[in-house]
Amino acid sequence: MRTLAALLVENGVIAQADIDHELRVQGSWSATEGARLVARAWVDPAFRSRLTSDARMAAAELGIDTSAMTRFEVVENTADVHHVIVCTLCSCYPRPVLGQPPDWYKSAEYRARVVREPRAVLQEFSLQLPVGMKVVVQDSTADRRFMVLPRRPSGSDDLSEGELAALVTRDSMIGVAEARRVPVVE
Amino acid sequence: MTDPHPTAPPRFRPGLAVRVSERSPTHHVRTPGYVRGKAGTVVGVHGPFPDPEQLAYGLQGAPRWLYAVQFPLTQLWGDDPAGGLDAVRVDLYEHWLEDARKPV
Repeated sequence: MRTLAALLVENGVIAQADIDHELRVQGSWSATEGARLVARAWVDPAFRSRLTSDARMAAAELGIDTSAMTRFEVVENTADVHHVIVCTLCSCYPRPVLGQPPDWYKSAEYRARVVREPRAVLQEFSLQLPVGMKVVVQDSTADRRFMVLPRRPSGSDDLSEGELAALVTRDSMIGVAEARRVPVVE
Repeated sequence: MTDPHPTAPPRFRPGLAVRVSERSPTHHVRTPGYVRGKAGTVVGVHGPFPDPEQLAYGLQGAPRWLYAVQFPLTQLWGDDPAGGLDAVRVDLYEHWLEDARKPV
């Protein structure tokens, strides 16, 4: 990689400053951003509705730049429907809000199996969904990138937005888990 | 090519039953093999987006309407442990879709 980068710079294809800039931008991407979006959506119903209708604008309100994605869509889990995301063709993933994807997300096993037997795959992630709850697997085959808005955990009414964000895991925004449970205080 | 002009309105609307073409071209495509020949329901209309099959070769990419199409697991695989409840949503470009009400 370094040799390739050096050659590209040496031949004037790209400037070192541009490489450094891109590394800084991509290095700032993490699931912390997604968790901030989720926590805000949990405390502010108007924001939740903006997030699920125009995710890019909603993210911009929190200072999160999602312009690296052509389209950014947030799918909301409810008592009736559970969403889980995949890219069966490659590894499309909402990187600006979730960071780099975990290795399993890019694995042939996950990509092939989650569209074939989603409930069995979710069970292997220790996620047992109630009978009667519909599972929708969202395959990212085009220019739209998806993030899951997990359900707010029960008993979280008294938590602050920051405390709520700490319950939102990367896996819950992929849809292979629910958000963390509220810690029991002794 | 008989594909729509960029200003042409989308051919399909949400709620319509569509079938994915069964063709298997050798060039780059973004239509997963597991939905080819399968019937689903349009659940969203997006775009138009530049055609990835042309972008992949450095061409400009003609505008294509993009659809979110939902396929029940039973339609894709013939079975579903959840009794027909579960589904996969796939984003597909208009030139891959046919009106499923027409006889094949």
